[in-house]
Amino acid sequence: MQYSEKVMDHFMNPRNVGEIDDASASGTVGNPRCGDIMKVDLKIVDNIIVDAKFKTFGCGSAIATSSMATEMIKGKHIDEALRLTNQAVASALDGLPPIKLHCSLLAEQAVKKALLEYYREHDLLTDENRPLFKVVDDDAHDHGEETID
Amino acid sequence: MAELTTRTYFDHAATTPVHPAVLEAVTDVLKNSYGNPSSFYREGQTASHLLAEARATIARLIGASDASEIIFTASGSEADNHAIKGVCEAYAGKGRHLITSTVEHHAVLHTMQHMEKQGFEVTYLDVDRTGQVDPDAVRQAIRPDTILVSIMTANNEIGTINPIREIGAVCREKGVLFHTDAVQALGAIPFDASDLQVDLASFSAHKLYAPKGIGALYVRRGIRLGRLIDGGAQERNRRAGTENVAFAVGFAKALGLAVDHMEENRVRLTAMRDRLIEGLRSIPHTKLNGHPTKRLPNNVNVSFEFIEGESILLLLDAKGYMCSSGSACTSGSLDPSHVLLAIGMPHEVAHGSLRVTLGHGNTPADIERFLADVPAIIKRLRDISPLYADYAKGNIRNLISEASNDDTLLETSYAI
Repeated sequence: MQYSEKVMDHFMNPRNVGEIDDASASGTVGNPRCGDIMKVDLKIVDNIIVDAKFKTFGCGSAIATSSMATEMIKGKHIDEALRLTNQAVASALDGLPPIKLHCSLLAEQAVKKALLEYYREHDLLTDENRPLFKVVDDDAHDHGEETID
Repeated sequence: MAELTTRTYFDHAATTPVHPAVLEAVTDVLKNSYGNPSSFYREGQTASHLLAEARATIARLIGASDASEIIFTASGSEADNHAIKGVCEAYAGKGRHLITSTVEHHAVLHTMQHMEKQGFEVTYLDVDRTGQVDPDAVRQAIRPDTILVSIMTANNEIGTINPIREIGAVCREKGVLFHTDAVQALGAIPFDASDLQVDLASFSAHKLYAPKGIGALYVRRGIRLGRLIDGGAQERNRRAGTENVAFAVGFAKALGLAVDHMEENRVRLTAMRDRLIEGLRSIPHTKLNGHPTKRLPNNVNVSFEFIEGESILLLLDAKGYMCSSGSACTSGSLDPSHVLLAIGMPHEVAHGSLRVTLGHGNTPADIERFLADVPAIIKRLRDISPLYADYAKGNIRNLISEASNDDTLLETSYAI
């Protein structure tokens, strides 16, 4: 398995590891049977993500994409964070081996699942932004449990 | 990247470095005996003689009764393919039922699946929690139309050694051919085809300090075998292709060394293995996979709960250790090792497996250094694992006991 130097950097020195006790929203995706779970906590003030933390059970790319995804959304407005894609996370890491792309999808899903909780609670869901949450539903592993209602 | 750490090779089940004496034997043939063994003139006959000698040595060391019972192949996988496909082709008139186990190497399992597509029926025997096949289960699975039983001598992932002699006796009694994949066993534990009542056996040279690219298939005299490769009349008309004389000579040399030093290696490796197992099992929530005693002298396979195998390998690699894992991410699929699942490991725990396979170059000091480094790696990954956090908060129950040296599986999945 050949990982880029950036992936290795984020794996060996992951940013934003931990949990936020008074998180504004959290999202957990994945399944222990599949060998990866990501949990993202967000602290949101005035619709700005002031802090993001993660905990991940998974392979090198799962940990690296969690680290990179939290880096990419910190300090961003929630509407901007909602436009995060797994491709953007993967390219910020100088690419992932093809078989590992689903790991980056989990990172996107975890962030969006947390955001979904926040958007719902603050009544921010609109017909316009609703499609952006659709990925939370997508199943990277054929073990779908999460649904948007 | 600056290479400051010592590199320690702990993956001898994957392959082994070539022994200097083997390299010398191989190089000598390549330099001085380039002839084609099928050629008429002296140089060809020299090569032919070297090949015959290598064949006779290997035959003697595996308990064959005649050198003609050894077919050189390019790999252990080819030997497995040849044994199964060759028997199916030759004996299809007698029956179309095959028996194997769920923990075989893919060279056997995928060949079995291929035969199923050709209209053969395959019974996959379950193994017990240690990975062993029950000879009685073989007996019960044999039907009038069974033509072949294929059960590995020792497992490549968990090192479990099967009761081959007992299975051989059952097959002999029932008049069914018995093939064993002995790739991991050869050179590590005594292997005598006649004594074990084995009819066909697969071997690979690169697992015993010879080069990759050569293996062998033992076929007991009198057994018919279809061909995989058509062409010339090499290998007594059973495998076409100009023989790899140099590697055959290297294979024989390596097997001679392995057999000559088997007992001392066994004692040395077993001591290191058991020290390693003891040390790793003292880490909380760690389980030994495979059989506690009936396992290859060099094999250690453990599962660490709450973390994933590839992450462990990457951190070990950064510390200079080359190991392997049965996690999905290292197998290149979404499912963890079929062997770990077959011995009843939940997916959750199979993902966190680590295989360490020892060999010639390893010393007790390597083991102590490794044992000093591993706990911090496990802790580091558990500290970022949401599963471990959930366990620590009491949200989920652990699957593997926290106590040292306790291999009990408490649960089979994380109840919500």
